[in-house]
Amino acid sequence: MSKLLVENRAMVFPGDVIAEGNNFEIATPYLKRIGNRVVATVIGLVTIEKDDRTTKLGLIPLEGCYYPKVGDLVIGIVIDIGVTSWLVDIRAPFPAVLNASDYLGKPYNPSEELSKYLNIGDVILAKIAQFDRGRDPLLTVQEKGLGKVVEGVLIEIKPSRVPRVVGRRKSMLSMLQEETRCQIVVGNNGRILLRCPDPEREAIAILAIKKIEREAHTQGLTERIKEFIIEQKIKRGLIGSGGGKGET
Amino acid sequence: MSVTPELPIIPKLKANAILNLLARGQRIDKRRLDEYREITIKTGYVPNAEGSAYVKLGNTQVLAGVKLEVGQPYADAPNEGVLIVNAEFIPAASPSFEPGPPDENAIELARIIDRSLREPRVIETNKLAIIPGKKVWIIWLDIYVLDHDGNLIDACMLASMTALMSTRIPAIDVNKETGEVTIKREETQGLLPISRLVTTVSVYKIGNYLVVDPNQEEEALSSARLSITVTEEGLIAGLQKAGLDHLTETEIEKAIELALNNAPKLITAIREAAKDIRAKEGINSEGG
Amino acid sequence: MGVAAEKEKPKLIDEKGLRVDGRRPDELRPIDMEVGVLKNADGSALVKYGNTWVLAAVYGPREAVPKHMTLPDRAVLRCRYRMLSFSTHERKSPAPSRREIELSKVIREALEPAVLTELYPRTTIDIFIEVLNAHGGTRTAGVTAAALALADAGIPMRDLVAGVAVGKVDGIIVLDINENEDMYGEADMPVAAMPGLGRITLLQLNGVLTPEEFRVALKLALQGIKRIYDMQKEVLRHKYAVVEE
Repeated sequence: MSKLLVENRAMVFPGDVIAEGNNFEIATPYLKRIGNRVVATVIGLVTIEKDDRTTKLGLIPLEGCYYPKVGDLVIGIVIDIGVTSWLVDIRAPFPAVLNASDYLGKPYNPSEELSKYLNIGDVILAKIAQFDRGRDPLLTVQEKGLGKVVEGVLIEIKPSRVPRVVGRRKSMLSMLQEETRCQIVVGNNGRILLRCPDPEREAIAILAIKKIEREAHTQGLTERIKEFIIEQKIKRGLIGSGGGKGET
Repeated sequence: MSVTPELPIIPKLKANAILNLLARGQRIDKRRLDEYREITIKTGYVPNAEGSAYVKLGNTQVLAGVKLEVGQPYADAPNEGVLIVNAEFIPAASPSFEPGPPDENAIELARIIDRSLREPRVIETNKLAIIPGKKVWIIWLDIYVLDHDGNLIDACMLASMTALMSTRIPAIDVNKETGEVTIKREETQGLLPISRLVTTVSVYKIGNYLVVDPNQEEEALSSARLSITVTEEGLIAGLQKAGLDHLTETEIEKAIELALNNAPKLITAIREAAKDIRAKEGINSEGG
Repeated sequence: MGVAAEKEKPKLIDEKGLRVDGRRPDELRPIDMEVGVLKNADGSALVKYGNTWVLAAVYGPREAVPKHMTLPDRAVLRCRYRMLSFSTHERKSPAPSRREIELSKVIREALEPAVLTELYPRTTIDIFIEVLNAHGGTRTAGVTAAALALADAGIPMRDLVAGVAVGKVDGIIVLDINENEDMYGEADMPVAAMPGLGRITLLQLNGVLTPEEFRVALKLALQGIKRIYDMQKEVLRHKYAVVEE
């Protein structure tokens, strides 16, 4: 006999029993089957997706480090220069490697100084190209929009809160960009890059993102954040107190 | 810092063979799960020590020795002798042992033996004052692991208990004026007073099975250990769980039972080994 | 315990059956817990059992330094238990004592069975336990604090781990012994467990018990641990209950 012991979006803690029985599909390493039980292993929100045949259990962690996954967009900081590659901090337990040939898009001539292209402290936007358990993650910038970042503001949030800043089908992120008119790039590693039209909107965008980070475990967040941005805009005289739409 | 150890790699084929045998109640060396390897104890092994014992448990070999010195008592126990236990895993004993100060495993072992002797008051330290409040006997019990083939705690406990049982207290001269104490090691004034015998039984969890006295391969496969100190009266005088895994309440119950069943044999082995020396000193080996 | 027991041992249980601090035998000291008390650590907690105060901080999983100290199939747990020099009556030398080295191991092995180290190979998870004030039961309070700090750091665990020491004083088995009971009592038995799974991860005994007394003591410890575990869950829940505006 299988039974679910929590509801969708329930907040759970390590050791909490989520379900009993074996008729569940577990779609996350953060839920563990122990004997007949499905147990939560981190602080997070349970997701339950039911269809005709299966019940799929997930868990969105609210705490935890960034752990690289192939295809992730990350914002990295160059921390060391090797002979043919750079070492990049991506807030993971391992430094990432960016090969010179990838960055330059052509075979690299080792007589050149790599620091000419990227120096320590430089910020890059990259994707995880390869990562397995045996080797450090390998980055690539061979896609449109990736590479060295020369302008904008960089902020950090807990990596575990990134999914909420992006939202379902990017709903939160679209709203943020629309309401603040900032260009916002969210790295999966919890680093966020903002390019805003003016300092006031930049300040509002940062406040809003920090609020999402703090309240990531609550419901109805998108609406609350939208109201918050509008309030802030009124407070700063960016719009009249009439309403949110039709910003000038 | 205590760090997760690198466990020796046991070939899967061998691991499976050991586990399959355990499932049938057998060991690779034909023993039962609750059976110790052959125990050899040589008492008085090191002539210059006040007491000593060499123990061979299967292929595990250890040596324990006692030296007595005159020193100051602790302020809170001015009329009691002082026991100090040290253990060293010498590099000769295993490729995994490194030279240098005792690591956490050696320190843990020494402290388990220390507590096992101290708590049930095995040594009658209250009889070891020389000048009350000023001079008492300091008992240095030092244990060396010579060859590691599993179950070091039990082997070291057997050696320690036997060494203490065979320890002779040297004669002394006390200068009445200065209070100076001179030890005359060539003469003896009798045996170290022992009130009761203790032993440890370490129970190891391998897969879902509990075994005693593993060899090194079995020990490498084990996930948890519970060392149980048992007195000659069948009391529990110390416990220490170790290892990366847990134990259930039922497993602990079973482990205690294994310990209570095995302890009498081990205590008999110690008593036998110390019999001659204690008889020679005119004290029977039943204790004090 | 031990030698001190000979001298001027105070009465530990009064005529009414109460203990030196007025508790019943099966009563815990007042327990207080706080999570996320340090800004820099990935996870942290401050736990108080009466006058025993322990701070735990967790970093990781993070890059191992030096690199060769990693394991290919799991994260390495590194644990240090330490008493601050002024946490005890007599000043404690800051150099690591043999007791601290042993307890660092015992505490690490109390937490290892809980942590899903296999999810983070080649990394380390560091656990620092600092005893701010010692009044008995520092290792078990340390385990309780470390488990909260691990949860706060988002490190996956099969269950929270909680600990408490039981003891035998004046012939009675009592829960959560304090320093006086530890010093003058007949036995001190620290226990830690994952209560949700019924798994015991720390068990030591310092003293002498009959097998029957041991059974009673273990049961009492597990009951106390369950209560402390419920408090751990509550304090974690509380951290997310309030949303500051």
